[in-house]
Amino acid sequence: MSYHIVVCGSIVPDPLQVLEPIVGPTGPALKNEMMLPAVLDPWAGHALFEAANLAKNVPNSKVWLVALGPKAKLQQVMMSVAQKALFTLVAADGPASGFVDAFDTAAALTTAIEGIADLDRDKMLLFGGWQSASRGTGATIQMVGERLGIVNQFQGVDKLTVNADGSMDILERIEGGSYLTSRLSSAPAAMGWATGELPEPPNNPQVGMMNMKSIMPALQQAKPAQLTGAGFKVENVAQPKVMRQTRIEKDMSTDAIAQEIVAWIKG
Amino acid sequence: MSDQQPEVERMSMEADIVCVGYGPATAGFLTTLGRALMNEDGTPIADSASMPGMPPQVICYERADDIGFGVSGIVTKGRGIRQSFPDLDLSQVPMACEVTEEKIAYLYDPYGASRKSMGMKLMETALLPFKKGETLSAELPYIPPFLKKHPGMLLSMGQFMQWTGAEVMSQGLIQIWPGTPVAEPLIEGTRVAGVRLADQGVKKTGEPDTGFMPGMDMKARLTVVGDGPVGPIGRKLDQEFGLPRGKHQREWAVGMKMVVNLPEGCTLKPGTVLHTIGFPEPEIFGFLYVYPDNMASLGIFVPSWFDCPVRTSYRYLQHWMQHPYIWQHVKGGTMRSWGAKSLQESGRRGEPHLVGDGWARIGEGSGTTNVLTGSGVDEAWTSGVQLGQAVIGLLREGKNFTKDNLEASYVTTRRASWLEEEARIAEKSRDGFTKGTFRGLIGMALSGLTKGALNLPGDPKRPHERILTLEEYYQGKISGARIAEIKKATKPNGQTMHDALMDELGWPVINYDGSLLVSHQDALLLGGKVQANHGYADHVLFADAKKCSVCHSPVCAEVCSGQAITVNPDGPVPLFDREKCVHCGACMWNCTQAHPKDAEKTNVEFVAGSGGLHSAEN
Repeated sequence: MSYHIVVCGSIVPDPLQVLEPIVGPTGPALKNEMMLPAVLDPWAGHALFEAANLAKNVPNSKVWLVALGPKAKLQQVMMSVAQKALFTLVAADGPASGFVDAFDTAAALTTAIEGIADLDRDKMLLFGGWQSASRGTGATIQMVGERLGIVNQFQGVDKLTVNADGSMDILERIEGGSYLTSRLSSAPAAMGWATGELPEPPNNPQVGMMNMKSIMPALQQAKPAQLTGAGFKVENVAQPKVMRQTRIEKDMSTDAIAQEIVAWIKG
Repeated sequence: MSDQQPEVERMSMEADIVCVGYGPATAGFLTTLGRALMNEDGTPIADSASMPGMPPQVICYERADDIGFGVSGIVTKGRGIRQSFPDLDLSQVPMACEVTEEKIAYLYDPYGASRKSMGMKLMETALLPFKKGETLSAELPYIPPFLKKHPGMLLSMGQFMQWTGAEVMSQGLIQIWPGTPVAEPLIEGTRVAGVRLADQGVKKTGEPDTGFMPGMDMKARLTVVGDGPVGPIGRKLDQEFGLPRGKHQREWAVGMKMVVNLPEGCTLKPGTVLHTIGFPEPEIFGFLYVYPDNMASLGIFVPSWFDCPVRTSYRYLQHWMQHPYIWQHVKGGTMRSWGAKSLQESGRRGEPHLVGDGWARIGEGSGTTNVLTGSGVDEAWTSGVQLGQAVIGLLREGKNFTKDNLEASYVTTRRASWLEEEARIAEKSRDGFTKGTFRGLIGMALSGLTKGALNLPGDPKRPHERILTLEEYYQGKISGARIAEIKKATKPNGQTMHDALMDELGWPVINYDGSLLVSHQDALLLGGKVQANHGYADHVLFADAKKCSVCHSPVCAEVCSGQAITVNPDGPVPLFDREKCVHCGACMWNCTQAHPKDAEKTNVEFVAGSGGLHSAEN
């Protein structure tokens, strides 16, 4: 028993930055997006770290990271991500702004996955983020799964346990703060990960060096993704309302501060 | 610190060249090296010793979480940079443009709160004919040639580093790993055999914790040290091998800056360079550089010869911004980014040993900053290029990276270049500042106009020897009894004293507007986006607690750029919160006490650590 784990995940602007949506010549965009530092989408990060952990514990398993994003930024982010988990990069060159149709993105990712030469589809676990810091829904991973003919799909996954008989127990978040445990007899399956249970791994330079063997060639060979944008239109883009008020209080009690915050939240 | 820890089993890897710190010097080095590692026929110029059959393996480790997270607003003539990129199109580098206009302005104090010597008052009087009442400023009618930056360029350090990093890595021959603090050099006798990375999965104290991963040893034939003036590797080499006779590193400054969106309708044109003197204190210089798209970089420098024991860059920055000369342009603007950095201002006088067996120093930590022209980035870049060319030559000739070979190539080239020529002119140019700002300005003019032939002498003291007591500094302004009252009121609350003392002197209260004038903590969050990764040890340590107990003023906490060091209400040793640290290193030289083992250092140890700024616009 072994798994071929394909993680779909790309970059997003570092969430610490102030993002400003604008309408550019090709539609909505983020102002100065290429100037802003980028990170691996945190939701995809959870999926990648879970994949790496699973592959470490199940002999002969392998992890691919399939990423659609601007090559230069992908390269930069990979230098941070590559030290954390062992994977083979498959890159497609294209925007990662969050203003691309999930349908188009799913098609491009599917094409990239189908191009992986030594991927055994019977052993395949398709991982991705249940949410995305730029796209907001787990629609992409669901559509990639559908395109690849994977019928067993799970969203909001927090835990995957491989049993002795090869079956898998999957813990999914469902409505009302509850969990659903499902038992899956075998791969293939698609999983949109919630936060998982693993901390971000430390930087391991040896892992980084091993990953570099695939990263630079993958980036150099990355083909432009075919994103048609047909049938997709962004009607409106706006920043969430941000309220910020700063005041210095020197002698206020904790209770009074708490009460004021509650009142402020209630508006 | 590692020498206090029990031996643990460490992983080890080998490369040919390992670099520490990705700043402008290392960028210059790697840009030069990367272009030449392969011959035109596709064969490597030399075989890797660590991976036979492959080109030389070159790895660079950077402490910050991304390669653009440094801080510096840059105006530079860019001679070295242009030589590396003859067809440089600044429009391809975000936030870059040509210098179009330069001004130096003297700022009069609107509040009468700053301390001015008789010399500075004389200077104010002499400039009265040029004074504009509405902006309380006098633009100097003449900018001496040594200060002129035109023709030159404005750059954002963060964006320039990102741009060069992408260029370097796209060749596929060099790896730059951010988020990887390097703890110490691997010293074997007189040789450096590589570096040791910082331990991960440790407690604040450095003891192993959950997920302990000992820092790996990265062995290399050549270790290139470009970790800047507060970098742990360069300073460890200085500690191990000492500085050359007659050299010392006693002149420092902390630069604090913001990148702002200028208000709509701002009339400043891209490429405008404003430098200011005189306010908020005579010792504090200011700058404002206008980028394209109505953005600007602005900030101040607080030097080690400003003897105030409660020097606070942040509050002074806010007063400087609100001076009418600056405020007319920035009022209504918004902070995009914020940060701080220590500058090693000894220049050539602080130059350490540049090479040894298996190692070479480049950049600011190697004494490249020109303290006369106020220029450092291009000089650092050039030193990296010079080392790059030397290493290419040695690789081609199959020679080892011995001290002699590096001396004959890199050091010889550096000594024969404009870098050395101009550094010699600048070497004594700032000595006058050690005896006062007015004398310093006269000294700079003398050195600059005579090309270093004439200099005003000074008395460079160690930073901890200069810092006055509160009573000495505020003599005649605030009584000892009042100072004692303020101390008594602030210490139990863990507060620093600078706000109360500045209020007492008549500095106006800062009225926050939530966009440009924000609290110090908001500057960390909104501007610097400061973070620290989990599982690393504290990197600011106090060498001897007894020294803290006799400290007359915790200037380390007063000056701390991120309010990461705070006054301890329950004891003498200040508290440190590494999640707020911007890694400026100002604490390292802002301390009233000498290090117990080395009088050239202070009681504050600044070692390898993780995290810091998360803005690439600085």
